[in-house]
Amino acid sequence: MSMLDALRIAVRAIVANRLRSLLTLLGLVIGVSSVIALIAVGQGTQKGVSDQIRGLGTDLIFIEPSAAATTQQGGTTALITTTLTQADAYAIAANGNPAISAVTSHITGDTQAIAGVNNVGAESVFISSNYAEVRDLDVAVGSFIAPQHDDAGSLVAVLGSRVAGTLYPGIDPVGQEVRLSFLAGRVVFAFTVIGVLQEVGGAADADDQVFVPLTGLANRFRFLYTPTGDLRVTQIDVQAIPGADTEELKQQITDLLLFRHNRTDPDFTVESQDDLLDAASEVANTLSILLGVIGGISLLVGGIGVMNIMLVSVTERTREIGIRRAVGATATDIVNQFVTEALALSVLGGVIGIVIGVVASLLVDGRTLGDQEMTTVIQAWSIAAAFGVSAGVGLLSGIYPAWRATVVDPIAALRNE
Amino acid sequence: MIRLDGVRKTFTAGDTQIHALDGVSLEIQRGEFVAIMGQSGSGKSTMMNIIGLLDRPDEGAYLLSGQNVATLNEHARARLRGTAFGFVFQSYSLLPRMSALEQVELPLIYQGVRDRRRRAAEALVRVGLADRIGHKPTQLSGGEQQRVAIARSLVVDPLVVLADEPTGALDTATGHEVMTLLSDLVYQHGMTIILVTHEPEVAAFADRTVRMRDGQIIEDTGAPSDANASRVEPTT
Repeated sequence: MSMLDALRIAVRAIVANRLRSLLTLLGLVIGVSSVIALIAVGQGTQKGVSDQIRGLGTDLIFIEPSAAATTQQGGTTALITTTLTQADAYAIAANGNPAISAVTSHITGDTQAIAGVNNVGAESVFISSNYAEVRDLDVAVGSFIAPQHDDAGSLVAVLGSRVAGTLYPGIDPVGQEVRLSFLAGRVVFAFTVIGVLQEVGGAADADDQVFVPLTGLANRFRFLYTPTGDLRVTQIDVQAIPGADTEELKQQITDLLLFRHNRTDPDFTVESQDDLLDAASEVANTLSILLGVIGGISLLVGGIGVMNIMLVSVTERTREIGIRRAVGATATDIVNQFVTEALALSVLGGVIGIVIGVVASLLVDGRTLGDQEMTTVIQAWSIAAAFGVSAGVGLLSGIYPAWRATVVDPIAALRNE
Repeated sequence: MIRLDGVRKTFTAGDTQIHALDGVSLEIQRGEFVAIMGQSGSGKSTMMNIIGLLDRPDEGAYLLSGQNVATLNEHARARLRGTAFGFVFQSYSLLPRMSALEQVELPLIYQGVRDRRRRAAEALVRVGLADRIGHKPTQLSGGEQQRVAIARSLVVDPLVVLADEPTGALDTATGHEVMTLLSDLVYQHGMTIILVTHEPEVAAFADRTVRMRDGQIIEDTGAPSDANASRVEPTT
């Protein structure tokens, strides 16, 4: 029997039991499409996080107090426990390391930004004027904090795009007054808005931040200083020159800070962007695998559905098998028939599943579900894997029922009509 | 052409052994029309299954055109079954949802024959169903369905057509038509037919009757001598 004949018989059998075939297909379609869509979501999450980390700037090394990392809380808690100071940042910059292109330090804290009747919770970042350059931030309107603001300790503010949009809907924010409350509303200062940042998009932090000169705040919050008169900071960013050996630079920074802090074990962490990317990738990969496994399980269930239907089909078609044997079908012909039928079902299910999986991934991409913006990245390998597994599962699911079909005794099959 | 020598077949049902065939020897020449008669349980169906290679004997030899086919493996028996035998069953044994033409094409599919459609159509014309080619079993009368089954048995140009109670599900008049058709195949086209039946009127169409009881042949009228003379099997 030729392959074409086997395929023709298989298609006839599938079409003859339309509803049953459709339900069987459904299992495989759900399996294949969920593998593709879930892996796309997992990979999209990875891309989102990676983009966010890359969006922080280029060739950056972040130095944070150890305690802040463990409490996972910026703001005042971090400020009380931080051992990093602005003097540390100056020391790193003054070291004359040729691998360093810029150093900036800042303090972050939670704030409530108020303008007239509008107000929004935001993260305030107390910065120096070189922060924009290190972090690759661009203003959309107005200007960024300049060195003269550092020197004068001016109460000026640059708003992230979402903060500006909430506080000043339809108005030009530049020149307006914004009041920022600190320390859970105990202190409120009025700032003049001098600029609004370009929208970074995605889950980037900068859109929800308010930037003010560090010196301006330091003059008004004496507790920001250590007893020895150093200004505490919650983070130091070091920008390396392109192509610098960041591992070596990290070691040099660590050695310098250990010496300055007079410690043998670090009370700070030094991490490069690559370190963050690796950590994020690891998390996202775990997520991808988890989602892929969930999809894989549904694919397996779909495959079992095919086996189930094929077994029923063999039992139901005992008479047909008997007739075919009587007219000269060999056991191999019968195996071919049922395996081809299972394979045709699973390939069809695979193809429909790919279409639905890809379309679903494309539909979800860029949409906001809940308050989470979804990014999906369709992977060619996930399509190939899902299709391969569904065809493989189909083949395996066909073999056992097909073998059952060959042991049908043609005499008994014909007698039982 | 067909020669059974001391064929035995035993079935086990629970603790008891049933000797369905208890040392049967039989020879059938090309062009014969043989009726095998007997009550149910006499072993006539078992003998037909063995002749048709649907079953194999426990003991004894089965020579088909001089070749011992009792020891062939399953695959070889299936191949030979498809080319050497055509089956007609009591209940027509047609596949649902297939047109008459497709039913008749079926044996050719397994032989990988080209030109299936034409050969199947010719076989249907031979049984007088030229105008029923596209009909499905549910659109055909019992007699027509049985004629489709006969066409299907003829399409491979078999050595022998094996008909197991071919009129069992038909009324007398239709049964008579089907038997006339089978007779024509023998007397006008030289086909060999082995007919299993328990009805004497049906057996009367054949020119030789083999009677069985309890797994043994109790009577064999033998082929008419004139028929034998004209239908001697070539020795090739």
